[in-house]
Amino acid sequence: MNLIKYAPSAISAAVSLLLLYISITLFLQEQFGLAMMLVLLTAGFAIIFFSKRLYTARFYYPAVAGLALFTLFPVIYTSYIGYTNYGGSNLLTFEQVQNYYTSQDLIDKESEQAFELVADNDLYRLWLPKTALLSAPFGEADKGSKIELELASQPQNVLGVRDVVKNRELLKSLTLYRGDLELQVSSLKSVAKVLPAYRLIDDTGRLQKADGSILTPDQDVGFYKTESGEELKPGWKVWVGTRNFDRMFHSNGIREPIGKIFVWTVIFALVSVLATFAVGILLALVLQWRELKGKKVYRILLILPYAVPGFISILVFRGLFNQNFGEINFILSALFGIAPDWNTDPIMAKAMVLMVNIWLGYPYMMLLSMGFLQSIPEDHYKAAAIEGAGPIRQFFSITLPQILPPFVPMLISNFAFNFNNLVLIILLTKGGPDMMGTRVPAGDTDILASFTYRIAFTDSSQDFGLAGAISMLMFILVAVISYINLVAMRKMARGTK
Amino acid sequence: MVHSPNNLLFKKLLAHGFLWCILALILFPFLITLSISLREGNYISGGLIPDRPTLEHWYLAFGLDFVRADGTVITPPYPVLDWLWNSVKIAFIASVGVLMMATTAAYAFSRLRFRGKQTLLDGMLLVQMFPAALAVVAIYALFDSLGDITPILGIDSHWSLILVYLSGVAMHIWTIKGYFDTIDPALDKAASIDGASPFQIFRFIFLPLATPILAVVFVLSFIGIIADYPLASIMLRTEDNLTLAVGARKYLMDNKYMWGDFASAAILSGAPITILFLIAQRYLVSGLSAGGVKG
Repeated sequence: MNLIKYAPSAISAAVSLLLLYISITLFLQEQFGLAMMLVLLTAGFAIIFFSKRLYTARFYYPAVAGLALFTLFPVIYTSYIGYTNYGGSNLLTFEQVQNYYTSQDLIDKESEQAFELVADNDLYRLWLPKTALLSAPFGEADKGSKIELELASQPQNVLGVRDVVKNRELLKSLTLYRGDLELQVSSLKSVAKVLPAYRLIDDTGRLQKADGSILTPDQDVGFYKTESGEELKPGWKVWVGTRNFDRMFHSNGIREPIGKIFVWTVIFALVSVLATFAVGILLALVLQWRELKGKKVYRILLILPYAVPGFISILVFRGLFNQNFGEINFILSALFGIAPDWNTDPIMAKAMVLMVNIWLGYPYMMLLSMGFLQSIPEDHYKAAAIEGAGPIRQFFSITLPQILPPFVPMLISNFAFNFNNLVLIILLTKGGPDMMGTRVPAGDTDILASFTYRIAFTDSSQDFGLAGAISMLMFILVAVISYINLVAMRKMARGTK
Repeated sequence: MVHSPNNLLFKKLLAHGFLWCILALILFPFLITLSISLREGNYISGGLIPDRPTLEHWYLAFGLDFVRADGTVITPPYPVLDWLWNSVKIAFIASVGVLMMATTAAYAFSRLRFRGKQTLLDGMLLVQMFPAALAVVAIYALFDSLGDITPILGIDSHWSLILVYLSGVAMHIWTIKGYFDTIDPALDKAASIDGASPFQIFRFIFLPLATPILAVVFVLSFIGIIADYPLASIMLRTEDNLTLAVGARKYLMDNKYMWGDFASAAILSGAPITILFLIAQRYLVSGLSAGGVKG
């Protein structure tokens, strides 16, 4: 009995300890933001599951904590990236870039001379014919060590290239020395002096190249600069303030496409939500009709666009809508003699995107409508019918007001979903047809999300910074619209009651 | 209510006609896909009924070698069944988790009283507006660090992907809360007077009444997770580990366009979700929800 009584506390304690362990490890990895977040969540967990007073919080805390860690944290982190130059050529930290340069080697061509591998019982020696130097004997056990060179005469038992190749790893690891002279194997045939290509010369991280020129780190842009001001890759991640936002609003090839794409994104999301809602509720109402036979079959068939994963349907449509050999134009030209340019005409491409999205999206609305319609009492309809209200009157006075309140958040989140529906655009049109004269890749069917995704992941210059900045503005925008929408609809819903 | 028989017949015909028109639009792409999967070779063009039907693409989708008439053996290009299993496993575990978290949270938001309830509810919905696909850089960084502690929480682990999917819970909380709000408060007040704790009210009153909406939410969550592309494509690396959504794209690379193999794999992958829906449908049909109001 005691065991059962204390089991919840024991489990809570174990979970808290585990989370704490993960937080501490993250802290040691210098993931401070994440570690802090996890410590806070762990503390919250411990307090809530040990305190009787916060009993109610136990019901919703897991959901809230999960959301905070895997949704809120990435949001914050992405926004932070928007203020940096993080991207394809600025992935590393300053120390890593410095290490990259200082670990670069330079072979001194003037000191290069041929070598031969010589067998000495079970061991080997290296013979340098030009300077008549012979190394001390070495074997596998000497890997990575320094071997002394001595003057000698031409040895016996010179081995061929095959043995050199076989012992390549061992040879490369050796350093040969005689007094101040240090040589390393620089190819399969030669040894040479190997010098560091860059040398750190002061605390600010300035580097001196082997030829004497100076590289200066520029912490403003995150690149090393040559004396003539040229930026060298790889660079490192730095805080660039609002520079990404400036580019968005003032840079010519970026501002215009963003404006156009924004307008299309809003139209796309709005039309998609309203159309799928209308089709979905209409079908749900028809299917609810008592007199209709074969409901089960209809329902299953109508749900099919939802049953097949979207990414597959979208790719199928991509083939079907192909303006040259797709089945849709095949049928249209046979029936009506028309063959719309789905792929090259901006208007037709947009129409196609909307049609496919409505096809994909209505079953969701239908499912939800069916769920909500079931909670409307049958009596209400009977009363309305006795009063003589027709089906349309019944819909607007009984059905809609009753299902709208639970539907409001669904409509809003569906708007947000479509606002960010980049899978559809990326798989169906890749944003195309392309707009002319833009500095970043932008297409007529691109929505903000797909445009941003292309900047971050498909453009050759992987610009996470700019993508982060646009993502952040998009998030604020969608959040504000959704919030206003939510408040307004809530007021409306209250007004009709 | 009195209907004239003619009027009713006309209405019925109208309803069936309307549904048939919609069904034609819905089924057309599926029939074409079926046709492509039975065509010879990997070309898309051709009639609805294939000239020389072959099961080649279906053999390959099921992971079997196919021997052509001329004796050449075709081996399956990808482990489709492994991918399918991965997808179903991940989506099932994550959806069960989502359902548990969303139901308890929805109950709290619908019935329990606590400070900051409305703010928290609205806040969760708004945070969820952030496109997960655009946060993948951050999510990748997050699991890259966690992976140093244990590979179970690292990149290319199904468990990390499940954790990410678990956080997509806000929308489902709203759905279930909307349903709980329609349950008559007199019901839980009566239980409360009889001495039931909030958990008992949740377990013995709300949970049984909520079966239909729970089925809906489970199916929605399952389908949403199976269809996810951006997150899974970033989180999963090795070929055997992929989900179907990520793997299926491999059929349609620019230099290697395998329409036929893609079509059979596509149909095969639709099957488990359809079956799941058929199971869930029993709960949707039984019309339990009216009981909550009448109770």
